[in-house]
Amino acid sequence: MATETKPTTALKGGEFLIKETEAQSIFIPEQWNEEQKMIAQSCADFLTQEVYPNIEKIDAQEPGLIVKLLNKAADLGLLGLSVPEQYGGFEKDFVTGMLATEVLGAGYSFAVAISAHTGIGTLPILYYGNEAQKKKYIPKLASGEWKACYCLTEPSAGSDANSGKTKAILSADGKHYILNGQKMWITNGGFADVFTVFAKIDNDENLSAFIVEKSFGGITLNPEEHKMGIKGSSTRQVFFNDCKVPVENLLSDRQNGFKIAVNILNLGRVKLGAAAIGAAKQVATKAIQYANERNQFGRPISKYGAIRYKLAEQAIRIYAVEAAVYRASQNIEDAIIALEAGGMEKGKAMLKGVEQFAPEAAILKVAGSEALDYVVDEGVQIYGGMGYSADAPMDRAYRDSRINRIFEGTNEINRMLTVDMMLKRAMKGELDLMGPATKIAGELMSIPDLGGEDTTLFSAEKKYLKNFKKAVLMVAGSAAQKLMMELSKEQEVLMNIADMLIDLYVSESVQLRVEKLVSMHGEKNCQEQIDIMRVYLNDAADRIHKNGKEAINSYSSGDEQRMMLMGLKRFTKTEPFNAKDARRRVAAKLISENKYCY
Amino acid sequence: MKFLVCISQVPDTTTKITFTPDKKAFNAQGVQFIINPYDEIALTRALELKEALGGTVTVINVGQTNTEPNLRKALAIGADDAIRVNAEPTDAYFVAFQIAEVAKKNSYDIILTGKESIDYNGGQVPTMLGEFLGLPSVSVATKLDVNGSVATLEREIDGGKEILEAKLPFVAGAQKGMAEPRIPNMRGIMTARTKPLAVVEPAACEMLSSSAQFDLPAAKGECKMIDPNNVGELVNLLHTEAKVI
Repeated sequence: MATETKPTTALKGGEFLIKETEAQSIFIPEQWNEEQKMIAQSCADFLTQEVYPNIEKIDAQEPGLIVKLLNKAADLGLLGLSVPEQYGGFEKDFVTGMLATEVLGAGYSFAVAISAHTGIGTLPILYYGNEAQKKKYIPKLASGEWKACYCLTEPSAGSDANSGKTKAILSADGKHYILNGQKMWITNGGFADVFTVFAKIDNDENLSAFIVEKSFGGITLNPEEHKMGIKGSSTRQVFFNDCKVPVENLLSDRQNGFKIAVNILNLGRVKLGAAAIGAAKQVATKAIQYANERNQFGRPISKYGAIRYKLAEQAIRIYAVEAAVYRASQNIEDAIIALEAGGMEKGKAMLKGVEQFAPEAAILKVAGSEALDYVVDEGVQIYGGMGYSADAPMDRAYRDSRINRIFEGTNEINRMLTVDMMLKRAMKGELDLMGPATKIAGELMSIPDLGGEDTTLFSAEKKYLKNFKKAVLMVAGSAAQKLMMELSKEQEVLMNIADMLIDLYVSESVQLRVEKLVSMHGEKNCQEQIDIMRVYLNDAADRIHKNGKEAINSYSSGDEQRMMLMGLKRFTKTEPFNAKDARRRVAAKLISENKYCY
Repeated sequence: MKFLVCISQVPDTTTKITFTPDKKAFNAQGVQFIINPYDEIALTRALELKEALGGTVTVINVGQTNTEPNLRKALAIGADDAIRVNAEPTDAYFVAFQIAEVAKKNSYDIILTGKESIDYNGGQVPTMLGEFLGLPSVSVATKLDVNGSVATLEREIDGGKEILEAKLPFVAGAQKGMAEPRIPNMRGIMTARTKPLAVVEPAACEMLSSSAQFDLPAAKGECKMIDPNNVGELVNLLHTEAKVI
């Protein structure tokens, strides 16, 4: 129900690199239906009425407040949005869930609390629990009667999550697992009733997951952590001292915990991309309003080009990443529907669908969190001295944003994962990277195809995107070939390739979004969106060139190096384009509307 | 108890107001419309009373098909059914006349409106409705309670408040304070689609007024600073330039 569009070319995860996508096949946010808009409005109204007026108290961790707010959100049904009806939820589709996540993403610490509860708190049980477990826990989590948290990270096991030391030992009577260990950075830890805990049974190689109720006993909490941002979100260390967990509370199979953790994180990454966009839109709106109000040298600062550049660039990055978030979300939704149609059970189909698009999920996590960080950073700058005041709104936004590049897998881990997953799929034969890469190697030897003069709208950008793909394939292919097994140790090169992939995916997404939008509303009503797309693609071309060059120069030399550099230059070539004027037009509309309006 | 709540839609409060090139109409292109906030207060109070006393809440709007999303939002908030009179709401007289025609065919116990709509701010519909229906009408009410067949209403007056009693049926216009608007919950949103939304054609009605032209207020001019010791110049400028004295 999320869309009237049926995909004509169902791409699999990662295939964006080697195949073309039809604009009509993607979902764009301009297609929200009435019910989805109403849900989004309810989420926004909730923030306005309940969260923002209390934001200082939330950040001061007024006892009981965040729990009270979660309960109010539960009354509206927001905790059960994506939960099946049979377990007391509303069973909304994936894309609608992303929309709610986006809007609530503007809720500062509250956003973290609610997404930890509905995401990593609820989903492991929903997707991996057996019927009895789901019946016991999910309705209470969807209604908010119980709050949930997720205990994976340990003091010495962060990015390397599977190295955790928490132990589970079967009791002598075989009725309980006895949990011992220490977990860290546990969001909602201070008030959670249900903990999904990862631990190794005996001397297992891999983690297992357990559903632990606080009432089981043997759980102690450290005081609240002192954090840079999201100060209102409860973050605790959790200690398990001979915590007795009934054997029936083992979640999924023994040693399946790491897989659960990875899959839940995949989902969390897409959601983080959406939440970052919601937060960024709000900050952009505040920055625009401040720029319109603040007078210097007798004029509002929004009249100055230096500020207009920032306002435009905030919007450009938001709009582009938003295009990618919903393109991927709809891809995932379609994959889930297809898997379900093939007879797979809903929860499994959900995980499998997200897993198929795990490279895109990692891309969205990085792109979303970094777009938000840009937006808050320039937000502070636009506010000038007031931006640095803890009594003005940018302070909180700036501090709260920073965690997004760290949690749900650091952006570095996610960049490496993006490349790693694509290459692994290529090696397994699931993703044909080598065919197209070899073709490009051949193309490097031949005379460049200058092509005919095509001056239709989007023809230039479509050509750029085709070339971006060639650039990424050339660099990724040659790096894999040259470095072989050493590639995983050349993390700088992996970062370069990941950045190229991210730029490609987001560029293509914004191009497709604007193309579809123009087909809906006509070119003259989409001028600013066309400008947004052009600025983004022009900048992306330069970034792709820089990253490609760095990579090539690190592992090749001589003729081969020269040839690849020339190819790279050809693949990232753009026509002259006046980005200054385009940004001015993008900013003019923001300034006139006095809010983020794209 | 049967409630009728009149719902109009108004531009979202952050809308930048512009007019069509001929200046004869508000330019609605790209504008997001919301339920008039005072109407939402009226609707919420009706729902609260319904929950306490039993009955049904019907919402009514005079408008084209583009008002239906807001009628469905009213259903999502909790109204039982909706009626749309299929006509452009040209002025308060026309709107009140059309609502009265519908109300005459159904015996509502309480008819609520907002005290005014926040677009044209006419504030005339509640009193006109009372006149058309021959019912008592209380405008700008901050409180409404019902006890049996009598309602108690409060109005703010200079330096105090006025407490009124009215026998059912009656008409009232809601002011801030009567209720706190509710956020539509998921259950409400999902059931809104299944609730009845009837479309009725307008009754014949004389057009008493029409908008001739719209103009935006003149842009704020430059601020002129005058030396406090130079009162003569100030008086002169107020007289010759600002022409206020």
